Amino acid sequence: MGILNKLDNSVEQFESGNIIITSMDKLLNWSRLSSMWQMFFGLACCAIEMMATSASHYDLDRFGIIPRPSPRHVDIILISGTVTLKMATRIKRLYDEMPAPKYILSMGSCANCGGPYWEHGYHVLKGIDRIIPVDVYVPGCPPRPEALLEGLIKLQERIRNQSLAKHTA
Amino acid sequence: MEINEIYIKLKSVFGDGIGELKTDLPVRPFLFVDASKIDAVALFLRDEESLQFDNLSCLSGVDYDKDNLAVVYHLCSYSLGHQLVVKCLVPKQDPKIKSVADVWAAAEWHEREAFDLVGMIFEGNPDLRRILLPEDWEGHPLRKDYKVPEFYNGMKIPY
Repeated sequence: MGILNKLDNSVEQFESGNIIITSMDKLLNWSRLSSMWQMFFGLACCAIEMMATSASHYDLDRFGIIPRPSPRHVDIILISGTVTLKMATRIKRLYDEMPAPKYILSMGSCANCGGPYWEHGYHVLKGIDRIIPVDVYVPGCPPRPEALLEGLIKLQERIRNQSLAKHTA
Repeated sequence: MEINEIYIKLKSVFGDGIGELKTDLPVRPFLFVDASKIDAVALFLRDEESLQFDNLSCLSGVDYDKDNLAVVYHLCSYSLGHQLVVKCLVPKQDPKIKSVADVWAAAEWHEREAFDLVGMIFEGNPDLRRILLPEDWEGHPLRKDYKVPEFYNGMKIPY
């Protein structure tokens, strides 16, 4: 029940209840991966799929993912679409304003590598990883909601395996 | 009103300010107007009782040929239901043209876009700044001789 099911079998429960012992890592990781609040913004057609994923049919809220309108509140950015150089300047700034730990999910071909603008897009950044570190890439043009969900679950796995004791990139 | 009648009417008022009429191309017929007269022609097109071009549906900037840029005006009249395409050639050496923003308010942002991407100067536009590209961008990227820079603000641009 509740937290006891989410953490694994290293949780030790006392007979009298109300006291459990687990590792700091597991508790922190569990709370982080269960409330990945996302930056409230979308860039292009991928944003439409992101909105579809947020809506009732796919329901991102069940993963604890809700959009927040301030970079101070958020844990992840879904880079959902074409990143122009003008926007890239602003994304970098928003990223710098986010409190750590922070995670980036790059959604769709444009954010991954420039997509259809790779050759003639004088105004397009050819991959968001040129300015900020990316944790998960979701391919597709645009990816379906199922693909985005899989990307988010991969990100949750990544957070689950973090440790305070060792630095993970 | 048919395109030929419009052409004759304009020619009778503005004379040499109106260039040739092209009707034999697989696009909508268009006529050339001298760039220095475009503000007066635009006002006439809007206010003349038999023309009433009350709507500027599009204003585009074009890198036209070796020596010229062009501004293309797509006009239509809601009240009379006719359409007109006007082109103005602007020399690349000195790309200045009169603004029509005070005739059709819609022109203001379209002129800013044409300035931003192709680089003609609209004299009389109340706020001629870049509208799409960042303010510190250099050059006008829809010119055919435009070279994509290697970096913008430390971000590499080519793939």
